[in-house]
Amino acid sequence: MTEEIIIAGFGGQGVLSMGKILAYSGIMQDQEVAWMPSYGPEMRGGTANVTVILSDMRISSPILQEFDTAIILNQQSMDKFEKMLKPGGVLIYDPNGITRPPQRTDISIYQVEAVEEATRLKNAKTFNMIVLGAFLKVKPIVKLENVTKGLEKSLPQRHHHLIPMNKDALTRGMELVKQIR
Amino acid sequence: MDVKDIIKEENLVYGKTKLLTDNIMHYCPGCTHGVVHKVLAEVIDEMGIQEKTIGVAPVGCSVLAYNYIDIDWHEAAHGRAPALATAINRLYPDKYVFTYQGDGDLASIGTAEIIHACNRGENIVVIFINNGIYGMTGGQMAPTSILDMPTSTTPYGRKVELNGYPLKITDLIAQLPGTCYVTRQSGHTPAAVRKLKKAITKAFENVGKKKGTSFIEVVSTCNSGWKLSPVKANEWMVEHMFPFYPIGDFKDE
Amino acid sequence: MADYKLMKGNEAIAEAAIRCGCDAYFGYPITPQSEVLETLMARKPWDETGMIVLQAESEVAAINMVYGGAGCGKKVMTSSSSPGISLKQEGISYIAGAELPCLIVNVVRGGPGLGTIQPAQSDYFQSVKGGGHGDYRLIVLAPASVQEMYDFVNLGFELAFKYRNPALILSDGVIGQMMEKVQLGSYKPRLTNEEIVARYGSWATTGKTHDRPRNIITSLDLDPYRQEQFNLKLQKKYREIEEKEVRFEKIACDDAEYLLVAYGSASRICQKAVDLAREKGIKVGLLRPITLFPYPTKAIREMLGQVKGILAVEMSAGQMVEDVRLAVDGKVKVEHFGRMGGVIATPNEVVAALEEKIIKG
Repeated sequence: MTEEIIIAGFGGQGVLSMGKILAYSGIMQDQEVAWMPSYGPEMRGGTANVTVILSDMRISSPILQEFDTAIILNQQSMDKFEKMLKPGGVLIYDPNGITRPPQRTDISIYQVEAVEEATRLKNAKTFNMIVLGAFLKVKPIVKLENVTKGLEKSLPQRHHHLIPMNKDALTRGMELVKQIR
Repeated sequence: MDVKDIIKEENLVYGKTKLLTDNIMHYCPGCTHGVVHKVLAEVIDEMGIQEKTIGVAPVGCSVLAYNYIDIDWHEAAHGRAPALATAINRLYPDKYVFTYQGDGDLASIGTAEIIHACNRGENIVVIFINNGIYGMTGGQMAPTSILDMPTSTTPYGRKVELNGYPLKITDLIAQLPGTCYVTRQSGHTPAAVRKLKKAITKAFENVGKKKGTSFIEVVSTCNSGWKLSPVKANEWMVEHMFPFYPIGDFKDE
Repeated sequence: MADYKLMKGNEAIAEAAIRCGCDAYFGYPITPQSEVLETLMARKPWDETGMIVLQAESEVAAINMVYGGAGCGKKVMTSSSSPGISLKQEGISYIAGAELPCLIVNVVRGGPGLGTIQPAQSDYFQSVKGGGHGDYRLIVLAPASVQEMYDFVNLGFELAFKYRNPALILSDGVIGQMMEKVQLGSYKPRLTNEEIVARYGSWATTGKTHDRPRNIITSLDLDPYRQEQFNLKLQKKYREIEEKEVRFEKIACDDAEYLLVAYGSASRICQKAVDLAREKGIKVGLLRPITLFPYPTKAIREMLGQVKGILAVEMSAGQMVEDVRLAVDGKVKVEHFGRMGGVIATPNEVVAALEEKIIKG
């Protein structure tokens, strides 16, 4: 199994940390992982994306031009990455702020209204975990227990009290995701 | 009384410190480097810290300083002696680390390194030989060359509009809170040499007390570069250098 | 299951330094390698192992601090990215000229000049052919994964001390910024001052004692005949390194009719290109130099009877390809493919270049 994922949105949305949690979850189930971020002078509010690869084999290139899954969280990223999905690939997006929805017909498309849900929960920080939950519902490549273990590994001890909240957000994402096409 | 009696130990009134090697110095006759080397070697010897002292030599006339004082030495790149000394001091905090630098090395190409080492308060001694000229490369203008001073790159004298002002780097260094002792000395008379030795001794003692950076400027002559006899060079220094670079302590905390 | 940590390449450098018994790190911030200094400062190794970490006033000062630390027998290192490494070249030349061991890490970004902060491999010539002034060589290691970033810190120091020569890790923004899982080694204790005297007392400035002559760290010898003898000694050392320290990896080479040669992050891209090409029925293998000096010249030469053409893939205008051509000596076709200025070639582009420049051409 090899899963090549692009997660893309604004800086500050938790794109990079979502990728990190996913990568850590892969390590927890003894897989090879790679996490390759875009980096640049832009900090908050700029575009941010990260390639995450989970595989049972040695990972070759961390630089890819086509992906199995694209998790898209703003319009610029939709414009850039929709066309980089493999035929038959999966596109998951939050419709919030999307003015030109995806057009392709040879891929599966899912929506998760994560911004809306995070706002409803009055906790913007759960946003990326709702999105991750949506992804794991569509593609259960890592077990939920390994995500928890991954969270325990990646979060400093002082933030461990946040883990139950994050697990709830994951579950909400799993419930909310819906297939469009 | 024959010669053998005269040189008996109990008849000795003066001896070269054993820390000065027997290598023939390459310095020009009349050069201040020889005086400062001797005083430095005496201080290290008298304090009994030969095994704990590490010197950092510069690029310039004193690039070969390591040939003359019998301690462990590093030879730095031009201007970088304070960076080397920083590392040695941090890695061996119980050693006595000093740099020995000329005016081109310290006040021109190495300005950043000396300012930052002093500002960090590295526990080292800096000996700064200021003769207002580049001796080794053949008498070019130094950052400290005084106005109207002729050099091979200011053949009509240093002019503000062309070359800017002479840099009083020691005045700058004295402003830095990392320094504990900043002084300007010379070595042209027996009295001056005695004061210089006191200053160098104090600086090394400060290292032992971990007080921070001790900085000693030595206003010096370069009779070859200045194209004067040794005696005339001393007179020229007193007459022209001292008014601009007055001798005395800036700071002694 | 072994205990793995997810780390960036730059973080792995810092962690490896602490664990391999490094005495001091001197650095200056520059993208994309600032995490090395940041990680070290956050880890506070001075409390744990006694390792010293200092943010210098410039790259120039940092490398000269390394020069000072290395001269007194300590295990010291610095890291930077391309423009900063250019600034360090004078110091590196002095360190090589004084025959001192140390470790330098270059997380390369695109140039020339201020260039870009995106990854590139355009510092190959600078790293392998000299960089600073004078006839000297660095031992150059090219990690292709975060695990190798970690492992090569210790390896680099071992080689540096074995040959009393500076070693360089030639990485780039991909390997520096990427996270992968890393198996951390156990802590190696730092040498005590007494151990340093015992091992390196013959040359290191540990303070002149009565039982030995004074030690002088210098690259200066004004006598040209002695300087020539010294240069001959250096050259002899470099030949010995070429004899004993070549490291490389071959992937899918057994039945290969074509060969890709690539190091570091480009070799990762080429691994994927090999898979894609083989799906199309092209029998291609990959030779990955792990040491760039010494270069795996013989290993490439040994492939000559087998392959019809070689494509050197680098994120540069074509630098390492010259060493491939020297190895091949005109016996088979050698071409270069690369992207520049911080653009990273994709695996598909590599396959297309192989077809266009080697198979068709």
